[in-house]
Amino acid sequence: MGAGGVSRAAQNVDTPVGSVDRTPVEGADVCIVGAGPAGALIASRLAEAGHEVVVLDAGPRFDPVDRLARQERAIRPFYDRPAVWESDPERDAHSNSGERFYPLNHARVKGIGGSTLHWQGMVMRLHEADFNSASERGVGVDWPIEYSDLQPYYAAAERELGVAGGDNPFAPPREGPRPMPEFQPSYSDSLFAEACDELGIAMHSVPNARNSESYDGRSQCVGYGTCQPVCPSGAKYDATVHIERAEEAGATVVDRAPVQRLVHDVDSIIAAEYATPDGEHRQEADQFVVAAGGVETPRLLLLSDSDHYPNGLANSSGLVGKFFMDHLFAGTGGVLDEPTRQGHIGFLTSESHQFYDEADAEVGPFKLEFFNYAGPSPVESALTGDDWGDALLERLRSEYGTHIAMGGLVESVPSAESYIGLDPDETDAHGNPVPDVHWSVDDRALRTIERANEIQEQILGELGAEITWQVGPEDTGPAYHHMGTTRMGDDPAASVVDADCRSHDLDNCWIASSSVFPTGGAMNPTLTIAALALRCAEGVDTVL
Amino acid sequence: MELTRRDAVAALGALGAGTAAAGCLQQEATGEDGAGSDGDEAGGDSDEAVGETMVAAAEVLYPSAVDGVGEFVETFLSGRLDDGPHADGVRAAVDALETRAESWYGDRFAALEAEDRESLLEETGVAVAAEDPDGTTAEQLRYYVVNELLLAFYSSPTGGELVGIENPQGHAGGVDSYQRGPRA
Repeated sequence: MGAGGVSRAAQNVDTPVGSVDRTPVEGADVCIVGAGPAGALIASRLAEAGHEVVVLDAGPRFDPVDRLARQERAIRPFYDRPAVWESDPERDAHSNSGERFYPLNHARVKGIGGSTLHWQGMVMRLHEADFNSASERGVGVDWPIEYSDLQPYYAAAERELGVAGGDNPFAPPREGPRPMPEFQPSYSDSLFAEACDELGIAMHSVPNARNSESYDGRSQCVGYGTCQPVCPSGAKYDATVHIERAEEAGATVVDRAPVQRLVHDVDSIIAAEYATPDGEHRQEADQFVVAAGGVETPRLLLLSDSDHYPNGLANSSGLVGKFFMDHLFAGTGGVLDEPTRQGHIGFLTSESHQFYDEADAEVGPFKLEFFNYAGPSPVESALTGDDWGDALLERLRSEYGTHIAMGGLVESVPSAESYIGLDPDETDAHGNPVPDVHWSVDDRALRTIERANEIQEQILGELGAEITWQVGPEDTGPAYHHMGTTRMGDDPAASVVDADCRSHDLDNCWIASSSVFPTGGAMNPTLTIAALALRCAEGVDTVL
Repeated sequence: MELTRRDAVAALGALGAGTAAAGCLQQEATGEDGAGSDGDEAGGDSDEAVGETMVAAAEVLYPSAVDGVGEFVETFLSGRLDDGPHADGVRAAVDALETRAESWYGDRFAALEAEDRESLLEETGVAVAAEDPDGTTAEQLRYYVVNELLLAFYSSPTGGELVGIENPQGHAGGVDSYQRGPRA
């Protein structure tokens, strides 16, 4: 058990700078870079197995007491999305050299808990064919593992996160029900259901990492409606759950500790050099797990170049940073001539994965979402007008009540032309080159968006909606799922990590992140991140 | 429609003590101490006056069909006027509003007729100002007075229900209402 863990865990954000112990831990077995879901799950598992675990995270430890204040920020117009979780423009600086702009700091949270602090909380398993995209769909590459390899870890991940969900006839095989019953369909789902019945489109429940009943000592959902970007009740899972569990088992978690470089010899990493508000330190360990997401993970490896590895650490393949992918959004919305009851909750209760496995080389997999929060939020709208009193109420009544909308996620094919690099012309506060997001979107993805839009139009047309907006191929945007930048594979010349998430180049370098996804499918990635992390934890445990 | 103490408690439940003011969260995170250093002390006669002014503003800002504004605002403010920077911002904004009331209309804001209060608010530029806790006087009035009160009202069950949504964003109204259809 980590000797330093308990005392450090007792420290919190109210402690003035300088009084928090951010010095290295002697005799560490494992050093984990990143306190998001992957890092937190691995820290929890390995600490509970009796190993000395240290977690280093670039961002702060947020006080749970501030959740309501963050909710206020989420509603008030003065604060943009990055401000809710205190993104720091200097710390989080980045470049955009790709053909499409990528809003990186809207897409991530740095801090203990990582991007699960602001995520939506949808947790689907990838489909079986997603693991064999090249052989079954004729595009991309096959994963070095099958769905069946990951299935028991998916089940474990659902228990760890706490997942509420019901039947889905299009989902891959399951071993049993999810830990919690699904959230019941919304009123607007019932409107969609009539139209979908007419069109022969099946709707089904959405698996949510959100408590439909009390679970694991956390509250059931109480309906704040601000899931993205903050859940004040704690009903939505975030990775602070497993950070706390890791600390209770003796792990040491250090915030405001961006790792600058991984010091290494030819075969292994020796130490993580990290900055803190009080100076730089060096954490040694037997094993290192990089779990810093799809952007900072390749950046750290590229920053850790050496004479022996001039192109960056674990990068003999030359593929670190390459194949940057995100899911793309396709959406259509409008208004009905009847109430639709939107905005009572901030999450989805119904989807359709009916068209997912029709994917081939021309059109990719996609899923369809039925929104519960179409149209403006009355309280947010009230804060932005030039009216008040009866005039304001009249405007809010005219804006709210009849909106209806659908969304969808679409797969993007991995391409070496889409990558995370280093920008030599811009450095962060520590003098390191910032990440350069060079994001591009493939033609198959654009065709898939068109296909998703077609079905959305059919459904809304059947409903009798007047369509007022659409997000299509021209104006699509990312779903904030960073994937593919340290891909997994059996061939060291064509991948960065092996099937166990261990780097081909260095024996004690593991990567736990969506960065190892060889392809992305069209399912929200966090459950797969969690399943891979649990599998990775077993691998690390085996060698300790 | 009657605003109730439950509405005020619900609004406080949605917004807490108001530590969202710019810089406040970061100050806590770094342990820097600057809260309330140049503001009034919490509580006491000065906050009673702040409450009177805010109630008078709410009577203009809220729909005319709403009753119980005084108790709602006072209960809400009892949780917002702690000794933090946000409370200082509210006090400072109210002070600025009162200065203009005395200067332009020759009386305290709360003593003015409703139509004069509305005119005064319009003349401050607050209607067209975007909220900014560190901005111009109009932008601070928008943040700490107008939007403070509108946020409380429209995140409460009664405020939401007037619009047609009994569980508005920010209110922990449970997971039943989203399943229900419109009332006949």
